[in-house]
Amino acid sequence: MATETHDAVEGAAHAAESAGMPQLDFSTWGNQIFWLIVTLVVIYLILSKVALPRVGAVLADRAGTIANNIAAADELKQKARDAEAAYEKALADARAEAAAIVEATRAEASEKLKAATAKADEQIAAKAAESEAAIAEIRAGALEAAETVARDAAAEIVSALGFAAKDDEIAGAVSSRLKG
Amino acid sequence: MATEAAHGAEEGSSLVFHPMDQFIVKPLFGGTDVHWYTITNVTLWMALTIVAVLLLMVLATSGKKQVPSRGQSIAEMAYGFVYKMVEDVSGKDGLRYFPYIFTLFMFIVFANVLGLLPMSFTTTSHFAVTVVLALAVFLGVTILGFVLHGTHFLGLFWVSSAPGPLRPVLAVIEIISYFVRPVSHSIRLAGNVMAGHAVIKVFAGFAAIAAVSPVSILAIVGMYGLEVLVAFIQAYVFTILTCVYLKDALHPAH
Repeated sequence: MATETHDAVEGAAHAAESAGMPQLDFSTWGNQIFWLIVTLVVIYLILSKVALPRVGAVLADRAGTIANNIAAADELKQKARDAEAAYEKALADARAEAAAIVEATRAEASEKLKAATAKADEQIAAKAAESEAAIAEIRAGALEAAETVARDAAAEIVSALGFAAKDDEIAGAVSSRLKG
Repeated sequence: MATEAAHGAEEGSSLVFHPMDQFIVKPLFGGTDVHWYTITNVTLWMALTIVAVLLLMVLATSGKKQVPSRGQSIAEMAYGFVYKMVEDVSGKDGLRYFPYIFTLFMFIVFANVLGLLPMSFTTTSHFAVTVVLALAVFLGVTILGFVLHGTHFLGLFWVSSAPGPLRPVLAVIEIISYFVRPVSHSIRLAGNVMAGHAVIKVFAGFAAIAAVSPVSILAIVGMYGLEVLVAFIQAYVFTILTCVYLKDALHPAH
């Protein structure tokens, strides 16, 4: 079997030389195999020492950059969301503060108003009391004056009628009459 | 085309096909003997493959830009394409072998594409090259399987989910299919590339006949487009099969 194939191969090789099948010209195999091995070793060294690490690093770099950029974008988005929340919160706080200030101001104003009203009432009351006292005094003064006038007039009338009367009698009569 | 037609006329209107001449390995600097160290067209086109890898994977990526340039973008796509393939097919632990697989992919894809240049020599059209590539994968994966799992690696051939009596039969089939792997792996690549190139050359031979030359040239254009597709697909197929074999070595259980 082996010799048969060998013969066949030999025959094919001879046929190749005559009929033109250079692939089966085994005299060139050594040459081709030698240069093929040299070529493969050179290509392997070029690829494994220079090209593959470089391309691998570039691809890894790019994947890293893309991942980082996506992460950064996410972070920025989160920041924007945070900023919006902070803005909303600040707005709400400001509104609450404004409401508190309005409330406080209103309370203060009403307090002041009340105080002023009370003070004014007091002053008015004081003035009224003063005026009443003055009126009472005046009234008292007027009564006294009327009594004096009445006594004097009574004394004059009594003397004009020709009667002599004592002063205190007349005064007593007049004041009893005035009271009555 | 005109010169070709004239050439054809010179040869006395008899069609001359040399579709396989493009695959001849010949010394670049004179002489006829091809020793293992001789600098041949193989050397030249493999060196150009290295240059292409250097240009794409080193020069184009030298900017290390966050926003890649066009070249860097292509290099990153190639990296990502193979990386994802290894990860999906072989699993996370297969990623340790990613540089080896990427080396294979880069070599095959650039050898195929450079081979599509007119007047070029296609290194991957030779069984000598693809057999070494496939054997390297086969031996590497087999040794790796035994190193990682010891004799448990043989569990790959023992289908424990099958009914008992069937297992030995399946084991024989599994073993045969395992040893056929490097054969199909290597012949698929070289065969596809060689056949495409040869067919283009045959059509080019027909272009010498004025009456059929328009058809022939259209056919060459069509074939060329197909060959561009094949160049990438075969590199992809070789690589993904390598990943599948690697997966078997890493996780031999069925």
